[in-house]
Amino acid sequence: MKFFPLIWGSLKRRKLRTALTVSSIAAAFLLYGYLSAIRSGIEVGIPIAGQDRLIVRHKISLIQLLPASYLGRIEKIEGVKQAVHSTWFGGIYQDAKNFFPQIPVNPADYLRMYPEFRLPPAQLEAWERKRTGAVVGRKTASKFGFKVGDRVPIQGTIWRTAGGATTWEFDIVGIYEGADPAADETQFFFRYDYFDEARMGARGQVGWYIVRVEDPAQSEAVARKIDEEFANSPAETKAESEKAFMQSFAKQVGDIGLIIKAILSAVFFTILLIAGNTMAQGVRERTGEIGVLKAIGFCNRLAMGLVLAESLLVAAIGGGIGLGLAWVLISMGDPTGGAFPVFYFPISDVVMGAVLVCILGLATGLLPGLSALRLQVATALRRL
Amino acid sequence: MNDSLVRIENLSKEFQRGSEVTPVLAGLRLEIRRGEFLALMGPSGSGKSTLLNLIGGLDRPTRGSIAVGEDRVETLSDSALTAWRARHIGFVFQFYNLMPSLSALKNVELPLLLTHLSSSQRRKHAETALEIVGLTHRLKHYPHQLSGGEQQRVGIARAIVTDPTLLLCDEPTGDLDRKSGDEILGLLEGLNRQQGKTVLMVTHDPHASARASRIVHLDKGRLVQEAVS
Ligand SMILES: Nc1ncnc2c1ncn2[C@@H]1O[C@H](COP(=O)(O)OP(=O)(O)O)[C@@H](O)[C@H]1O
Ligand SMILES: [Mg+2]
Repeated sequence: MKFFPLIWGSLKRRKLRTALTVSSIAAAFLLYGYLSAIRSGIEVGIPIAGQDRLIVRHKISLIQLLPASYLGRIEKIEGVKQAVHSTWFGGIYQDAKNFFPQIPVNPADYLRMYPEFRLPPAQLEAWERKRTGAVVGRKTASKFGFKVGDRVPIQGTIWRTAGGATTWEFDIVGIYEGADPAADETQFFFRYDYFDEARMGARGQVGWYIVRVEDPAQSEAVARKIDEEFANSPAETKAESEKAFMQSFAKQVGDIGLIIKAILSAVFFTILLIAGNTMAQGVRERTGEIGVLKAIGFCNRLAMGLVLAESLLVAAIGGGIGLGLAWVLISMGDPTGGAFPVFYFPISDVVMGAVLVCILGLATGLLPGLSALRLQVATALRRL
Repeated sequence: MNDSLVRIENLSKEFQRGSEVTPVLAGLRLEIRRGEFLALMGPSGSGKSTLLNLIGGLDRPTRGSIAVGEDRVETLSDSALTAWRARHIGFVFQFYNLMPSLSALKNVELPLLLTHLSSSQRRKHAETALEIVGLTHRLKHYPHQLSGGEQQRVGIARAIVTDPTLLLCDEPTGDLDRKSGDEILGLLEGLNRQQGKTVLMVTHDPHASARASRIVHLDKGRLVQEAVS
């Protein structure tokens, strides 16, 4: 690019102004990265929610329990490939602020339903052998220092043992890892058979079912069939896709996507004005220089091209620094120290960021570029 | 082919500001021969720069024709005119008009960026041009590190690096002290005598016009010829 020294030179000459513009663009993209990561934390699981998985819950609310006997009936429904159940345990480890979900499951079936949770086969075997065994996600394990062999006491807030105790004890037999950055590595799974036998009351009751359908295209029809199966029973159901279920769950926190979009729009609008104004000012000050270039034989389009290249370069440097810094800081971990089950910069958002950088560069260069294009040489030279 | 390079017939230029029309040049006739060093004199505001701009294709005449070599300048389209300027015209300005962010060498290379020359060829041509103006020891200097006279030498080097047909200088010594001004005039004279460059120089300084081979005066929109010096 033989014109690079010319573009670079005009930026270098306004060092402070260029540095300020680049910094404000970098700050905007750092914020963009962080907000993306926060959204990934709140909408945990949604990006990888299986298209072929349904959640079946009590029609009235998620807190109402369903009979465990529904499992066999669901499995018999046409189009159902597999079904498992889960229940909210809602216990506390040492302190109420140490939140992580605990869920009683049937180990092998549950892991087959959620292949994104990876557990070494030997640990699954150990789990099958140990009635009080529990498996915990890597993130929670490292946060509380859980290791295989540890005995972990959990205070039940909903469930007591048959003996009336509130403390449940579990033996860690395995640590699972997520196969994808969006997979939740904070959960704590233990055996349903142990739970059902040891709990006081509500035996044979579970929280909800997860159903895998044979053909994702048929999932709506299957959901309807499941609801029909239990219609007019004491415990009617509501079946919906896992994605819809998670989205309605995330919406309870507020429409995060919308809030983030609103914040970012305001930020980008401001940056557009700041960078656009700086660029316009820079070109105005160089009216004479642009006139001289045209006198020398630079055509109108080249004059505009130089301005656009300059604004793109500023946006690319600022955006590159911002997105790069966001990437590094985000990969260093969740700044809240674990309030989010996952915290990462989704690749799709990185790509979107790069697109925004280009749009910003072109938009800020457009008007000054056009005035460079239209500049009359004789008029420009008279102003010198 | 005769030896006249520039032929101007019936040239008029009016500037319009709102409804007010300012006539600057009125029915002008001028011929410049190949290899001539012509000085254009006249009081301030008489239209010297305007005439120079028209000949150099920086502006369009209201009426009349301008031929430079084979080309009818006023008939060219905007883009053709730009390309024509790059090939045929070298401009030297009163205030040098160098790019402040580029070194002397890069400034001189600027017009060559529009050619197909390789970067090493561009560099060689620019060095040669700077050698002609006697600035081989200032290649890496930036304009603010050079004296006025030196900056004008860079300006001349930039104007001649493409080997243009015609050199147009608008008060090239207007911003210089007598000594530096003389050096610049000597340089232009040398380019004219030794390299055969056709030079049109605007000046209102009789000392400067004395170096030219012919002088014309512009007054009230008309040209008055003066004898060969
Ligand atoms: N773009 C323009 N618009 C209006 N008037 C102009 C313009 N350019 C030049 N003029 C007028 O034309 C006259 C001649 O200007 P100029 O050619 O610069 O004179 P000189 O170079 O002889 O001092 C002046 O009165 C000037 O105000
Ligand atoms: Mg003038």
